[in-house]
Amino acid sequence: MYSESFEVPHLVVVLAQIIVCLAMFLSAWRVWKGPTVMDRVAALDLFASLIMTQFILLVFSSGFISYLDVATAIAIVSFLATVAFARYLEREEAEL
Amino acid sequence: MISILASCLIILGALFTLVAGIGMVRMPDLYCRMHAATKAGAFGVGLILIAMVMIIPGPRTLIQGLLIVLFFYLTAPIAAHMIGRAGLLRKIELWRVQAEETEVTDSSNQAQSQLTERS
Repeated sequence: MYSESFEVPHLVVVLAQIIVCLAMFLSAWRVWKGPTVMDRVAALDLFASLIMTQFILLVFSSGFISYLDVATAIAIVSFLATVAFARYLEREEAEL
Repeated sequence: MISILASCLIILGALFTLVAGIGMVRMPDLYCRMHAATKAGAFGVGLILIAMVMIIPGPRTLIQGLLIVLFFYLTAPIAAHMIGRAGLLRKIELWRVQAEETEVTDSSNQAQSQLTERS
């Protein structure tokens, strides 16, 4: 599904993509550095939501509304991944 | 007019996600980091989705945008709650101010031990 009637200037979308990309770098730094496992899990949760934001911005810049399906799928899967990680790592003796 | 408003919303949402990233790096504690990431990130996504529904009218984007916002706002607090609970059960230390605030630390230690005993 392709739509051409976008009124947002291209510069705004590119600027928003750059800003979100900066936030992704910061979140990835926390995944790399994080002192505990749960820090990494929280950072990965934020990272998944930032990837979802990038896909929503991709709807503006490319024109394909179908990217919204990708965003929906990422929202569902990231929630399941976070809950599974947290349930698994609740016990203190769990390694990783 | 709508395009100006939508541009402002897009930039504002992106800035909120940047605030979430900065909070992820600068906050001193697991619980503070989880707080910053969940609240600011979800709000930024919501703002960008509102801008998208304003710009691309039609039933499909409206329904799907509402679906994403509803699901995200429903599940983000649950995920944050699970992360914080797992952190408490793993006995990850709470961040404390460097002054002698015995009352606050006592109550938080008590809550942590209670939660650990119950499970």
